[in-house]
Amino acid sequence: MNAPMNFEKGTPAGQDRERLVVIGNGMAGCRAVEEILARDPERFAVTIFGAEPRVNYNRIMLSPVLAGEKTFEEIVINGQEWYDENGITLVSGDKVESIDREHKRVIAASGRVEPYDRLLIATGSDPFIIPVPGKDLGGVVTFRDLDDVDKMLEAAGKGGPNGEQGRAVVIGGGLLGLEAAHGLSLRGMKVTVIHLMPTLMERQLDEAAGWLLKTELERRGQTVLTGANTKEIVGRDGMVAGVRLEDGTELPADIVVMAVGIRPATVLAREAGVEVERGIMVDDHMVTSDPAILAVGECVQHRGMCYGLVAPLWDMCRALADFVTEAPSGYQGSVTSTKLKVSGIDVFSAGDFSGGEGCEDIVMRDASRGVYKRVIVKESKVIGAVLYGDTADGSWYFDLMKKGEDVSDIREALIFGQAFASGGALADPNAAVAALSDDAEICGCNGVSKATVVKTILAGACSLDAVRGSCKASASCGSCTGLVESLLAVTLGGDVQSGPRTMCKCTSFTHDDVRRLIVEKRLKVIPEVMQELHWTTPDGCASCRPALNYYLLCAWPGEYEDDQKSRFVNERMHANIQKDGTYSVVPRMWGGLTNPRELRAIADVVEKFNAPMVKVTGGQRLDIFGIKKEDLPAVWADLNAAGMVSGHAYGKSLRTVKTCVGSEWCRFGTQDSTGLGVKIERMTWGSWMPHKFKIAVSGCPRNCAEATIKDFGVVCVDSGYELHVGGNGGIKVRATDLLGKVATEEEALEVCAAFIQLYREEAHYLERTAPWIERVGLQYVKDRLAEEGAVQRYAARFRYSQQFMQDDPWARRAAGEHDKLHQHLAEFRPFPGSQMENA
Amino acid sequence: MIGNWLDIGPVTQIEPGTARTLPVIGGPGAETREIAVFHTMRNEFFALLNRCPHKQGPLSQGIVHGDVVTCPLHNWNISLRSGKALGDDEGCVPTIPLKVDAGRIYLLRSAVIGEGAPAEAA
Ligand code: SRM
Ligand SMILES: Cc1cc2nc3c(=O)[nH]c(=O)nc-3n(C[C@H](O)[C@H](O)[C@H](O)COP(=O)(O)OP(=O)(O)OC[C@H]3O[C@@H](n4cnc5c(N)ncnc54)[C@H](O)[C@@H]3O)c2cc1C
Ligand code: SF4
Ligand code: FES
Repeated sequence: MNAPMNFEKGTPAGQDRERLVVIGNGMAGCRAVEEILARDPERFAVTIFGAEPRVNYNRIMLSPVLAGEKTFEEIVINGQEWYDENGITLVSGDKVESIDREHKRVIAASGRVEPYDRLLIATGSDPFIIPVPGKDLGGVVTFRDLDDVDKMLEAAGKGGPNGEQGRAVVIGGGLLGLEAAHGLSLRGMKVTVIHLMPTLMERQLDEAAGWLLKTELERRGQTVLTGANTKEIVGRDGMVAGVRLEDGTELPADIVVMAVGIRPATVLAREAGVEVERGIMVDDHMVTSDPAILAVGECVQHRGMCYGLVAPLWDMCRALADFVTEAPSGYQGSVTSTKLKVSGIDVFSAGDFSGGEGCEDIVMRDASRGVYKRVIVKESKVIGAVLYGDTADGSWYFDLMKKGEDVSDIREALIFGQAFASGGALADPNAAVAALSDDAEICGCNGVSKATVVKTILAGACSLDAVRGSCKASASCGSCTGLVESLLAVTLGGDVQSGPRTMCKCTSFTHDDVRRLIVEKRLKVIPEVMQELHWTTPDGCASCRPALNYYLLCAWPGEYEDDQKSRFVNERMHANIQKDGTYSVVPRMWGGLTNPRELRAIADVVEKFNAPMVKVTGGQRLDIFGIKKEDLPAVWADLNAAGMVSGHAYGKSLRTVKTCVGSEWCRFGTQDSTGLGVKIERMTWGSWMPHKFKIAVSGCPRNCAEATIKDFGVVCVDSGYELHVGGNGGIKVRATDLLGKVATEEEALEVCAAFIQLYREEAHYLERTAPWIERVGLQYVKDRLAEEGAVQRYAARFRYSQQFMQDDPWARRAAGEHDKLHQHLAEFRPFPGSQMENA
Repeated sequence: MIGNWLDIGPVTQIEPGTARTLPVIGGPGAETREIAVFHTMRNEFFALLNRCPHKQGPLSQGIVHGDVVTCPLHNWNISLRSGKALGDDEGCVPTIPLKVDAGRIYLLRSAVIGEGAPAEAA
């Protein structure tokens, strides 16, 4: 394989020619030679060393080779005849081991010594291997060259140890990892992708697109674990057997592909004393710190950047060739774009999509076609784009971006793509809609044509909501909302009435629409709601995220996994934040009752954690102030040990049930109000609500528990229980309305549960019962609960959901759940005698 | 440059959409400063003093959206990129240069210690 002294091959290397030696027979090395030959074929006598035992091929096409879509022969760029015809000496399968700058020569593994006048380093990159135990086991491969592909194909061909389907674990959910996973799964393996970050391809995709990609890969049978950290690769007899994750999960594997990133291959240069940072440092002409040595490709660092895609390499090779043939042009750096080569999945991304100050996000989603498009505009210029599902306009956006073109004129139509936006007059979406033919379909879901929508508008439907109500256009998935709004504008001119307020600026739907569609379309996670309901922002805002989190929790109790990052601080920390950043802790005291054990535990906590204050709250319990976030789990553990659970003084949830002493002691008491209060609190604690929810039970109409300013209040009378709803102390005081009267405690509990569930299912997020009842009317509430069997049905749904909610969050935290929210990252003591301590 | 950066551990230790804190004990004037290290949902990392320019609210406890944190005390919006209060509010919190390399987070040592952040870290 080595080609030692075959100097005589090819055209005689004239003595007059400078000797150019290239280290690296890869994409950049060979392209650089091609570029030089195209400018001046007589200039150099060229020798190329390649560590791989083969000719120059198109590395990026290794993915299709793995997937079985191409053969190696089809991806060769320059066959042996190219080297021969151009008088190039190819030394393949022989790795250069050192550069002797003093004598201007390189020394290869075979012992071959090659003198140079000019040296070109084009060594590419090395795959990064994460330093976990087991990384050196057989069957752990990277994805860089043809040998890696062969190893993967061999594993795929073998199958599992007992003749079943072979199992592959791919570590890394970036471009390379996903292409490897795709190939292996087409080759019949059962594939699991492990990705450290929460979003696949997070350097190229935002959360929304990453979610779509993950869903699609899962639909195709791959398992995708995000936020998963590899702890160890487990082996048997020197061969890989599985992968163990940090959380203890163990995944069996017959092959493990490590595709977590690349590192510029700089060892040769570094050892030769050429200046190296992350990559080999080059100037705009690809010259290193040694004027006789050039470098190009993934191994270099130019103006602080290292690249991992081919497009920039082509630019570098042109600049290099211009320079050595003495017409220097200079390389200016490149802007890059990415496409994923997985058949049937269209993903494109370019530029900066992190957004932020001064950036405007334009988002379009089409759930029925599985499309998500986001273009980021800053100062009237496109600075980034993320496209999923429809990437036809990727190159157009990329072009606008590279040229830095001013897009203010086409801003409105930009997101619809080039065909639409560059259509001159059609750049105005209203004009474009006006130009549609009468039978053009506006709403695909409900089959409504333009003519029908216009007729509906002319018949008096002057708002989006009225159109939705009359002809159903845009009433289902909502993707045609923009078109209907344009038709309203075109048909009515200025007379469009704005509809009911939308949930927030991220959507054209109202709270009611969103709640209804979550149930109808069985939407189960936040990114899915955003995609299906065409959110106009990539990841929502501080106002819609908590609302969606609640709506999903309410619609799918038991199934939905709470999204901590969509919670306000108090709910995330299960305590109330105070002005100095410490927290207050309020344990539940059922119905306002307590006992020596609880009081002792509270007293102990106050002393142990130096709490500066304890106070009796207006909700009949004790509030411990001044607890640091790090101490919260320990405080809770102590309170739990005395039988106390979270009082949810911090939540949009059931707060307290206030009681008075009632018939057991009070000379006026008509019923056991204390006992009923405790029963109600035991039934309702832990439930999440649209807003906070307070209950009270008074033993007689003197109403010492202030039941008539609570969300749900019970006033006991001789003949039974009066049930009151919709009261509010606070900013705007509202006395309750009487919902009805019942004879027994059981009925009182049943109606309480039913009322709460109706409120939970129908109110808007952050709407307390008082404004909710003012909005829908007391009669509506009464009617809903008066329907045959309604009270039982609502109550049953409430009790079902409570099975999952009555799980003390403090106990879970005390046991270590979400411990990162409480612990410091580390402590840093930078001054004498101090050191870094990792928590 | 190497040696100027303080390795504060792997990126996985901060859940996206949240922040964690790093107390710096001692220091100029011997007071303890707290640094908040943020991981946004768009997978960027930022470090700022954990002290709202309004009334010293602990920014680490706010809701993170885009590259902004909403202070948990009175809802000021603070840019994680510049430390500046957004909208009508005025104020600025010092930022600490941060970089992520091979899955680990590094903070610029001199800025952590409080010698004043240099103009711009490369
Ligand atoms: C601790 C307590 C005051 C006290 O020391 O007594 C209290 C403290 C706070 N109340 Fe209250 N309220 C407390 C009973 C009340 C009551 C009386 C009651 O529940 O019987 C009311 C009037 C009744 C009502 O809600 O209808 C009350 C009406 C409010 C309001 C106004 C609500 C409204 O709908 O207008 C707010 C503001 C809000 O929620 O947006 C509020 C908000 C707050 C907050 C959460 C302010 C904040 O956002 O930080 C305070 C938290 C302090 C903390 O860290 O604990 N607090 N608050 C009481 C805790 C009760 C408990 O044990 O859980
Ligand atoms: C599977 C896969 C898919 C990809 N898909 C895409 C894509 O879709 N789009 C895109 O833009 N990019 C893609 N890339 C990246 C692209 O292939 C690289 O950017 C490109 O190959 C880099 O060219 P290079 O010449 O710098 O390095 P390489 O092509 O890696 O060439 C370097 C060569 O130098 C040899 N070498 C190293 N050290 C020595 C030594 N000491 N002596 C002798 N020889 C040595 C190596 O063996 C190698 O053959 C993909 C990469 C892979 C692996
Ligand atoms: S009344 Fe005002 S100051 Fe007092 S606890 Fe309630 S919110 Fe705080
Ligand atoms: S302290 Fe941050 S907003 Fe007031």
